[in-house]
Amino acid sequence: MAVAETGSTDHHDHDEHHLGEFIAHHFDSAEQQFDSGKLGIWVFLVTEVLFFSGLFVAYILWRYHHPQIFEQAHVFLDKYLGALNTIVLLFSSLTIAWAVRSAQLGKNKLCATLTLITMICAAMFLGVKAIEYSHKWDEGILVRSAFAYTLEHTAPTMPLARSLGISDYLVGLSIAPAILLAVFLGLAITMKLIGKDVWFKFCMGLVATVGGYFLGAVGGSIYMEAKANADAKKYGSSHAQVEEQPLVLLAQEQEPAKAETQKPAGKEEAHAQGEHAGDAKDAAHAATDEHADHDHSADADGHSSDHEAHQARPLDPHKPRPEDLDRDVGIFFSIYYCMTGLHAIHIFGGILALSWIFYRSLAGHWRPDYFGPVDYVGLYWHLVDLIWIYLFPMLYLID
Amino acid sequence: MSGHHDDHGFAHPVSLKLLFGVFAALIFFTILTVMLAGQDLGAFGIWISMGIATIKATLVALFFMHMYWEKGFNIVMFVGSFLFVSLFIGFTMTDTQAYKPQIDAFPRVVEQAP
Repeated sequence: MAVAETGSTDHHDHDEHHLGEFIAHHFDSAEQQFDSGKLGIWVFLVTEVLFFSGLFVAYILWRYHHPQIFEQAHVFLDKYLGALNTIVLLFSSLTIAWAVRSAQLGKNKLCATLTLITMICAAMFLGVKAIEYSHKWDEGILVRSAFAYTLEHTAPTMPLARSLGISDYLVGLSIAPAILLAVFLGLAITMKLIGKDVWFKFCMGLVATVGGYFLGAVGGSIYMEAKANADAKKYGSSHAQVEEQPLVLLAQEQEPAKAETQKPAGKEEAHAQGEHAGDAKDAAHAATDEHADHDHSADADGHSSDHEAHQARPLDPHKPRPEDLDRDVGIFFSIYYCMTGLHAIHIFGGILALSWIFYRSLAGHWRPDYFGPVDYVGLYWHLVDLIWIYLFPMLYLID
Repeated sequence: MSGHHDDHGFAHPVSLKLLFGVFAALIFFTILTVMLAGQDLGAFGIWISMGIATIKATLVALFFMHMYWEKGFNIVMFVGSFLFVSLFIGFTMTDTQAYKPQIDAFPRVVEQAP
């Protein structure tokens, strides 16, 4: 990875080849430089494995001694979103492996494209992760010390979150990417104007990468919405609609007469539920009534059908009631957030490293005897994938 | 190591056929493990899903990470790290056996709402 010692022609060439622009003078040959870099990156990967192993030990220890916690907690994780992220990451592993191949063949343009696809996939992974995290935070699913799981979602309070109908946390997580998107777009336009073509392409690549985050976030949102609607059909309630509950309740308070005329049953149910908030039978009863009612009026008035759904509590049998959970279920989420969070930091670091490779591919630096950096970053990227390959079944696929 | 005699010096580009084949296998195993997670496999479930994960990890390491062609020293070093991880896990788990009675007696996880 030692770069840009340009005086190589002044030295004796120990090699039949001439030493290129990027071969440092203290190496005998391009191959020796490559092998040294390879050794370095493998040592680094060893430290990464040992670094993560602490968290794996925590996981194994808790799972061995307290399996109940894991059985109760895994229902909060959506295995299909996890599988989607796994496939996104595996695909990015394919593209970076292919990028290494193209660098080895000196195909810089192809290498740039493939590296960019890898970066976009990485950002998409983070976008889906943002959906998962914000969804959990809305339900109060936090680390052990802050664990406050509730069936009621936190309602969005930020104007932007409200108008989009999404979580405050998701808006919070997306602020930095939104700013980056604007900055990179601005930089790209500037580079275009001053005629720096490589930098223009680089900035556009970063714009596309940040776009990948939003693609993942929107895709994840659509999935969550669809799942909530499917659950609503199945169990007579909707998580997505519950999110908006306070707004609608407010409207109902302001216009009680209107609400009453529209839905005589609706208010009674709300009342019943308020009284027996903890009572499963009553809630189920109310929801069943409400569901029947819902079928009658769904077509009549979009708003009022929404309004009805808000009255019901989520009755998804896969969704545990807070009072049925062990106090220490939060321990699982402490481990979950540490493991996936550390992994997400590695993804972010990977994007930075990949963007360096992307720039150098655009600049056309790779040749059959000089492609080391692509290989090294590729190895790091595969390790991040390797860790996820284990995290996915450990966290998402507990039976 | 086997790549030294080809046209690209020390570079040994992996064929696209192999890359895509490995990718297809990885996707297959991902779908398989998700489908198996829906089944009731009892105590073996975890070992099956860990086994599949290990197959996937091996495929990634061998072909995406070029370990199949890697220098012996690097392989020993990387694979050796897992030896140390297993020591770490093994000793820690053995140690917890020493205070297993306290773990079992401590009324944290059995505690339920009345």
